[in-house]
Amino acid sequence: MTALLPIAILLSSLIPAGVTFFLAQESHRLRNTLSLGGATVKLLLIVVMLLAVGQGAEYEARLSLAPGLYLLLRIDALSLLFMSLSAVLWLLTTVYAIAYFGTKAELSRFFGFFSLCVAATTGLAMAGSLITFFLFFELLTLATWPLVVHKQDAKSLAAGRSYLAFALPGSAALLVAIIWLESATGPVEFARSPDLSVLPEASLRWIFALFVAGLGVKAALVPLHGWLPGAMAAPAPVSALLHAVAVVKAGAFGIVRVVYDVFGITTVQELGLGTPLAVLASVTILWGSLRALQQREIKKRLAFSTVSQVSYIVLGAALAGPYATIGGLAHLVHQGLMKITLFFCAGIYDERAGVKRIEGLNGLGARMPVTSVCFSLGALGMIGLPPMAGFVSKVYLGIGGLQAGAPWVLAVLAGSTLLNAAYFLPLLYRLWFMPADDDMAGDERVPMLVWPAAVTALVSVAVGVFAASALSPLGWAALIVERDYWP
Amino acid sequence: MSAMIALLALPLAGALAAVATPRQGARIAGLVALASAVALALLIAQMTSAGSVRVAPGGWDAPLGIVLEADGLAVGFIALTVAVMAGVIAIAAPMRSLAAPFWPLAMLAWAALNAIFLSRDLFNLYVGLELLTLAAVALVAMGGDKALGAALRYLIFALTGSILYLAGVVLVYSAHGMLDIDLLAGTMPGRTDRMAMALMTVGLLIKTALFPFHVWLAPAHAAAPAPASAILSALVPKASFVILLRLWFEAMPDTANDRILSVLAVLGALAVVHGGAMALRQGRLKQIIAYSTVAQIGYLFLVFPLAGGDSAAQPWAAGAWTGTVFQALGHGLAKAAMFLCAGMWIIAVGSDRLEALRGLARALPMTAMAFAIAAITLMGLPPSGGFTAKYLMMTTAFASGQVVWGLVLLGGGLLAAAYLYRPMALLFTREMPDFTPVPRALQLVPLVLALLAVGMGILSDGVYTFVQIGRPGAAEEGL
Repeated sequence: MTALLPIAILLSSLIPAGVTFFLAQESHRLRNTLSLGGATVKLLLIVVMLLAVGQGAEYEARLSLAPGLYLLLRIDALSLLFMSLSAVLWLLTTVYAIAYFGTKAELSRFFGFFSLCVAATTGLAMAGSLITFFLFFELLTLATWPLVVHKQDAKSLAAGRSYLAFALPGSAALLVAIIWLESATGPVEFARSPDLSVLPEASLRWIFALFVAGLGVKAALVPLHGWLPGAMAAPAPVSALLHAVAVVKAGAFGIVRVVYDVFGITTVQELGLGTPLAVLASVTILWGSLRALQQREIKKRLAFSTVSQVSYIVLGAALAGPYATIGGLAHLVHQGLMKITLFFCAGIYDERAGVKRIEGLNGLGARMPVTSVCFSLGALGMIGLPPMAGFVSKVYLGIGGLQAGAPWVLAVLAGSTLLNAAYFLPLLYRLWFMPADDDMAGDERVPMLVWPAAVTALVSVAVGVFAASALSPLGWAALIVERDYWP
Repeated sequence: MSAMIALLALPLAGALAAVATPRQGARIAGLVALASAVALALLIAQMTSAGSVRVAPGGWDAPLGIVLEADGLAVGFIALTVAVMAGVIAIAAPMRSLAAPFWPLAMLAWAALNAIFLSRDLFNLYVGLELLTLAAVALVAMGGDKALGAALRYLIFALTGSILYLAGVVLVYSAHGMLDIDLLAGTMPGRTDRMAMALMTVGLLIKTALFPFHVWLAPAHAAAPAPASAILSALVPKASFVILLRLWFEAMPDTANDRILSVLAVLGALAVVHGGAMALRQGRLKQIIAYSTVAQIGYLFLVFPLAGGDSAAQPWAAGAWTGTVFQALGHGLAKAAMFLCAGMWIIAVGSDRLEALRGLARALPMTAMAFAIAAITLMGLPPSGGFTAKYLMMTTAFASGQVVWGLVLLGGGLLAAAYLYRPMALLFTREMPDFTPVPRALQLVPLVLALLAVGMGILSDGVYTFVQIGRPGAAEEGL
């Protein structure tokens, strides 16, 4: 049972993916049943597992590939955090995507790769060794490309091209880092920190830099973020999933793994790598916000906001104190919930009102109240209005910065909050206080589009309000930190 | 034992039968493929329980008689040949544009390939090579008038290679009075042996199309009919490479020194870069695929410094050697899939110009999928045989401090991504081309080959163990 459960979770999205590819375009009902069924089954399995892992159980499955090369699926508290996020958001995004696409063309291909993408994310979450992580990391790259270019017009093809141009060299850097490390230490498993003393310090620094570069492409660390705004050419459900859980989070999650489970916090500090990484994250936070301020397209503004927000997670990992870690890990979930809400809403504005640019938002609040309330909640959460989710993350990161003896982090957080307010509040002002143009159309009579956004908006509020509960992401992050990193 | 003989005799008999009854060529080839698959299965079953199988036809052991031996290396390549040939036959059978001589030639090449994989005698290997060369040149010439120049150039290169190889064999015979690989392994290397190895190696490099001897390959492979190109690119260069492996790792490993081994790897690295760069500049799909073969062959030569010479005794040698075999097998499957896709697209839109490929992913979705999956193997991305190869070879490169060869593998993968991206992006544009439909069952053929290449990566444990059967020093585990 303990070996079967991880495999079953993986299969719950692999099987729908494999079958969906071969379905005819017209078999909407079967395709939707497969996607929704897979998502539901996965969610149930994860609930079972959450209960067990909360009480200390661990799951592990191994599959040998070649000498020194094996697939290791292992579930610990950290993988469950990421996996639960992806499972919940997958289910909601599937509902949203079904409504969004209706009966458009090439849906079997879309949902096939969509499921494959989620399988890759789940695999990443469960990966128990570096090479397993790499396998799923690459699978993710390959499975997201067809989603990015789904519209197949010149713009999406260009976006897909730039995505690959960043992602493939990135994974090459990652592979070098892994092989360099493993050729000295043997296969690296996250549960057993490798003996790094066999390598000279200079090599270790290089390996760390390669890891950060390789993973940083997906996490959109400045200056490796160039692909992300272009990837907005993809359909809204793809952007939503890409920004909330799939690609950028894979990079951030990988950096957390490398800092905590491969190098270990002590080694990272001894090598003097924590501060440079924290600075890199801070630069990304501020630069992303500044660029977001300059964008006139809603989705572009949200994209640069992602660049900025995902680096909170990296910042938490780099500061490497208990509070910073808790803040960073909790933000992994918080940012996912808030950002997916915003993208769901941006998709609804585009689909139902034809609004792509921020000027078009004028007065939409009255016409599309539910969507606009959700959008506002997401935006306020991002700014960090107490007691919403973003506020909780920022408080923990701030305290973590002080603990780690880096008070300048407070300035970064304050600056970022101001910038967040500067690029989100004008949108809210337009929505609620500006008069609508006369020829404005727009409605939100598609419940399957609106409800997923409402659910994620409410959950994102709830995780902030009930942050003190042990069941909240913050509570779970605290459990990870207490159990694994500061016992 | 009888299975091994059957694997040699079946294609040969098929070739003769196809000459006698030209109209039945496709049917005969199909039967040969079926029977060969059965014989192969029997042989594999026998080997997994009992290790390598040796036969001395005629009852005389070496040095008087000749010996055939089925070890993991040989049977790995025989299996590749059966898979590729089966795919080629399935695609070629309904092609009306293909002239009748294709069938005996293909089966003759098949028999020669199997003979080379199984032989343990240097002269026998020569005979196999000559047979293979003649069949391969004739297959190129089937491309019509335009192909004659390419075929002639190929012939000149290949015959030069044969002569050099034969000269080496003569030297070995004059020094030792025998040509059996296992018996030679027990002799002390002398001056003549170094000379002989040099001659044989250069001859084989020409036939393997290693940079700078590759100039014949791209025109020849691009000019031949697509099913023939699949055989030529996926299988033919592998035969002379297997002989190189046998010479340097089995017959006379002691003649190696670090400088010679490094020269081979440097040429390999240049092939990777040059082949990739040339593939980027081609305007026709078949030429891109052909130059990609030049690059992919380059990887194979990294095995010499990674697993030969001083490295041979190290624990990582097994990983590099097996990684190379993975690379050769994975490339064979993926490259055959690509050429077969190209063949179908030429039937569908009448051209292999890149521009003509626009929107074909919508017209023939299965073939586009096959091409994409094959591309994953050539780029060395997981989960595929190409990735297993890259991982094993790179680990060895880093563990043995020869990082530069690891970076060649990495850079080659990125180059492959760059040159394969061009046809892929065009395939996936949003247009519906005018096209002649291709039956769905045919579209499945390259998909199966491409999936086999991926399957090699997923089930690499079994393949790894099998390929190791009979390898000298195989007792040592990889890293």
